[in-house]
Amino acid sequence: MTMPTTASGNRGLQLEQGLIFELNTPGMTAVDLPPAPKVAERLGGLKNTKAIGLPGLSEPDVVRHYTRLSQKNYSIDSGFYPLGSCTMKHNPRLNEKMARLPGFADIHPFQPLSTVQGALELIDTCAQWLKELTGMTAVAMSPAAGAHGELCGLMCIKSAHEANGQGHRKIVLVPESAHGTNPATAALCGYTVEAIPANAEGRVDVAALKAHLRPQDGKMEIAAVMITNPNTCGLFERDCIAIAEAVHAAGAYFYMDGANYNAIVARLRIADLGVDAMHINLHKTFSTPHGGGGPGAGPTVLSAKLAPFAPVPMVVTAGSGFDVEEHAGHGEARQSYGRMKGYHGQFGVFVRAVAYMMAMGVDGLKQASGDAVLNANYLLARLSAELTPAFDGPCMHEAVFDDRFLKGTGVSTLDIAKALIDEGVHPPTMYFPLVVHGALLMEPTETESKATLDQFVNSLLSLARKAKSGTAEAMFKASPQLAPRRRLDETKAARKPVLRWLPPAGNHEGNGDTKREAAE
Amino acid sequence: MSEMRFTKDHEWIKIEGNIGTVGITQFAQSQLGDIVFVEVPAAGKAVKAGGDAAVVESVKAASEVYSPVSGTVKEGNAALPDAPETVNQDPQGKGWFFKIELADPKELDGLMDQAAYEKYCADLH
Repeated sequence: MTMPTTASGNRGLQLEQGLIFELNTPGMTAVDLPPAPKVAERLGGLKNTKAIGLPGLSEPDVVRHYTRLSQKNYSIDSGFYPLGSCTMKHNPRLNEKMARLPGFADIHPFQPLSTVQGALELIDTCAQWLKELTGMTAVAMSPAAGAHGELCGLMCIKSAHEANGQGHRKIVLVPESAHGTNPATAALCGYTVEAIPANAEGRVDVAALKAHLRPQDGKMEIAAVMITNPNTCGLFERDCIAIAEAVHAAGAYFYMDGANYNAIVARLRIADLGVDAMHINLHKTFSTPHGGGGPGAGPTVLSAKLAPFAPVPMVVTAGSGFDVEEHAGHGEARQSYGRMKGYHGQFGVFVRAVAYMMAMGVDGLKQASGDAVLNANYLLARLSAELTPAFDGPCMHEAVFDDRFLKGTGVSTLDIAKALIDEGVHPPTMYFPLVVHGALLMEPTETESKATLDQFVNSLLSLARKAKSGTAEAMFKASPQLAPRRRLDETKAARKPVLRWLPPAGNHEGNGDTKREAAE
Repeated sequence: MSEMRFTKDHEWIKIEGNIGTVGITQFAQSQLGDIVFVEVPAAGKAVKAGGDAAVVESVKAASEVYSPVSGTVKEGNAALPDAPETVNQDPQGKGWFFKIELADPKELDGLMDQAAYEKYCADLH
């Protein structure tokens, strides 16, 4: 199929769009304001002497520019988005309506507490749900996202060791398959990271872990173990309780990465696994639009041993209402390690999470985690007809395949992902987890219907058969062919990134030709 | 020219006198894909066998480069950070990462020779 060319470069009603600085018509404005009255200048020597280089645009130019860009976006609202590890589930519109109630949306952190008692009660309600679901003693609500929650957990662990005269412990153990944020968090807290290998099943090698937990030169150096459960291979760490016992026997703490909590919510209590700290990605597990830097929230549940070190601010009950403990060293925050965020956390995400939890109920949450696992196993079962699963099933909420099925075809995991774009599907996660060769990691969530899953499976099976036929390598290398942009040069983008538009040399108005320069 | 020795993590080391030149193997670069960033150690850095010595990042993944032996870094390949593609083009030649003064030449006995490494790679995938 050859695409017809057009004089405009547009394709049907899919319109090409330049950068806003390239649309410049000097002197054009959306609103004509009268000339400013003359005033005595009080800028001293700070007056701008050059044009600031904003493009001249009319209001329709601006509206159309951003509308056209938005139409190139692909999101969970437009279609299937099986990106593994990211939990792209439907975000109920009810949550949005609740988050926009003026009593929640139009308040300020510096308002007198007596005027925001409802908002404090909502934070407390969210905290009670999280403690009830996990069985944990306390929850720090202020962490702003998953990695921030990890930092909170490890800072609590560090504070606890220091309070117990164990500040010399400098090592954190992390499995090979961990999210990259785990070793990064440990390193940021000043710890050295040691990797624990996985066994052939894709789970933590418990014998290897225990070997690491032995004292070295008569001293115990291990501060904590960080494990994701279900893990990044989409598998439940069955030996979690034995791991927790070994970790505690060594005087260390057990951090669980809760990125995949959505697979087990309302099915088991985290406290029963022996966990000391776990962050909960509210925006994943309890639905909030996220991604692209959008808001998240990473409340961190804590065991009785770590609860005293939780960060401020914390909402506390006071008489029949609520108060806020703002400072470490006082009251319930007596041993708090301090503050890690300006205010109370991502309040808008708390509202959405509470709306979601209350609408679902515990029975609904239990069905959601079950359906998420069922959907992933449906993908695993049907796709195994042509693809090669990385591990023996069943899986939890994510199905992971390796690239053995592509061996000798000349087609790579990347090519399959690019061809899926032409099929109208956001590609799954590729080449992660790193322990799986040429990985394709897919997470359907409970959102997707059997009809959507079948359409995806049929597309992927068809692509796998084409790859194996040995006659379609050129098609794969050229894909995507139907997307607004063809195959992008990822290598050049990484080696010579163009991070900033620069006007053509000697022209501060920014009009003229459309030269873009590499930011070196 | 001395013979190359290899690690299970796909580094190579070539010995001349008491100095070893270290890089990543042809197999490693082919698995990583287009390499877009390289960080080499500064001269004087002390490293342990199996310890982090350098960083390599491709369009697929970021990885540590481990030192095959213990010792002191004599020189990092200053040309690599500005031309990371050299590692793809000539991984076992111009794409070397660093030179190291060996603390204990006996550590070399634990590494694989060319034939053993080739067999190791063939069994991997």
